[in-house]
Amino acid sequence: MSGGRLFKTYAVAYLLFLYAPIILLPIFAFNDGTIIAFPLQGFTTKWFEAMVSTPTLHTAVKNSLIIAVSSAVLATCLGIFTARAATRYNFPGKGGIAGLVMLPLVLPEIIVAVSLFGVLLGLGIPLTIWTVILGHVLICTPYAVAILNSAFQSLDRSLEEAAYDLGETRWSTFRLIILPLVAPGIVSSLLISFTISLDEFIIAFFLAGTEPTLPVYIFSQFRFPQSVPVIMALGTILVLLSIVLLTVAEYFRRRGIAKSGGKDTGGFL
Amino acid sequence: MSSEGALHRLRRSEAANGLALISPPAIYAVLLLAAPLGLLFLYSFLKDGYLTIIWEFSLQNYIDAWGDPLVRTVMLRSLWVAMMVTLVTVVLAFPVAYFVSFHVQPSRKSMWLFLITIPFWTSYLIRVFLWKVILGFNGVINSGLIGLGIIDEPLTFILYNVNSVVITLAHAYAPFAILPIFVALEKIDRSLLEAGQDLGESQLMTFWRVTLPLAMPGVIASVLIVFIPTIGDYVTPQLLGGPEGRMVANLIQLQYLRLDNYPAGSAIAVSAMLMVTAISLIFLFLNRRFLRGPK
Repeated sequence: MSGGRLFKTYAVAYLLFLYAPIILLPIFAFNDGTIIAFPLQGFTTKWFEAMVSTPTLHTAVKNSLIIAVSSAVLATCLGIFTARAATRYNFPGKGGIAGLVMLPLVLPEIIVAVSLFGVLLGLGIPLTIWTVILGHVLICTPYAVAILNSAFQSLDRSLEEAAYDLGETRWSTFRLIILPLVAPGIVSSLLISFTISLDEFIIAFFLAGTEPTLPVYIFSQFRFPQSVPVIMALGTILVLLSIVLLTVAEYFRRRGIAKSGGKDTGGFL
Repeated sequence: MSSEGALHRLRRSEAANGLALISPPAIYAVLLLAAPLGLLFLYSFLKDGYLTIIWEFSLQNYIDAWGDPLVRTVMLRSLWVAMMVTLVTVVLAFPVAYFVSFHVQPSRKSMWLFLITIPFWTSYLIRVFLWKVILGFNGVINSGLIGLGIIDEPLTFILYNVNSVVITLAHAYAPFAILPIFVALEKIDRSLLEAGQDLGESQLMTFWRVTLPLAMPGVIASVLIVFIPTIGDYVTPQLLGGPEGRMVANLIQLQYLRLDNYPAGSAIAVSAMLMVTAISLIFLFLNRRFLRGPK
């Protein structure tokens, strides 16, 4: 199979291209020089130490965590409603409503940001972390729906019918039968939404007002060359954190599909 | 009595259950997505007073926007960049999707897809910034090429222009292009390919006449899912574009946050969206024969 080997070489090269920036990140995070360029200057951990003594960074981290947790919970709740309705029931306008909920997946984020910004200012609502949450729920929900759809889709309808026959109500059936079966999907959706919100820049840039999130803080620091090495250190930690979160999310996603007996179609999308 | 019975039936009906269940996300999306988009559209026809909006309908914002050579240049450049990014991304992504679908053992496909998607979720801003490091004057590429003795002077055409924007965006959207193509390839019935070869077609011809047409729905989805968001990207042109690489999102941000001219910003945003929609529809129309497959 020389054709197969050729494709594999290409795929591995492609992966290297995808990971190139991420591989550079720790190199510069530990590099003892303020200029982010080659040649390297020697090993240091001072950029990591500098993070501890930057109060503005701590505020940004706190804001981002509040936003990411709230957005993840809200988006997953909306995702559960959408995925359950879409996989279990037929009703008029299903395609249209699902289309609207999924629209932010393809809409340029700047459009979402600008349109929400216009409405909030028009209504005189002050821009805080709560307005960022409103926007982030909007862009996290489509991903939550995509993950939860596959969890709900692989449910066996007869389990539910058996519960009804044995005298359970609709709500108790949902709580006792369906929820435990889709629980891994819910965990996966929470983690993915959290990761997306934590990383999102443009909506937070427009809607955060004077309460910067982590990406907004990072973006503002790019203007000052002397603070860039600290950002590299911060980025190294963020990348590690995202990889851990995503790995856990992927584990739960697969377990969820295995649990309800579905076939893995792979990937989050 | 009968109306009560009908109400009861309606409440128990599948349609009512489904609608009740989907109403929270539907209401959220209408209030925070559809209504704001409607308002954006409305703003684009109003007039800007200093820090207020004057309720006078006109097409003046559109006339001003399209009459301004700067806006026209930036719009066309955004379109061009988005098209180039889409082309590069999809062409580079197809062999990877093909490899994962046809040459990887089923048990390891998920792992490959997972590896491909990880970079997509991690620190978008920092990844974009690192491209500046890679492409920069003392960057990885220049110092590498000088070290190897291939060039004497650092290359300058790879940073702060359209090229750097295209490279960075193509990198950022790569996983987005792979997944839809992969899903389409997975759906292809492998016996069709065997049939093609049994009937005397070469491997290449089987690919051209069977695999590719069947994979087209995935390719079309990739094209749209890359093309539409890239045109509105803000960070990459801002950090890597330089003055020659600004795109439409930078223009919208300028009007909204710096000049406080919401109507003008809205007109540019609406124009950009209309262009994207028109091009996407034309693209779908040109490829309609691939989407009509037997179901």
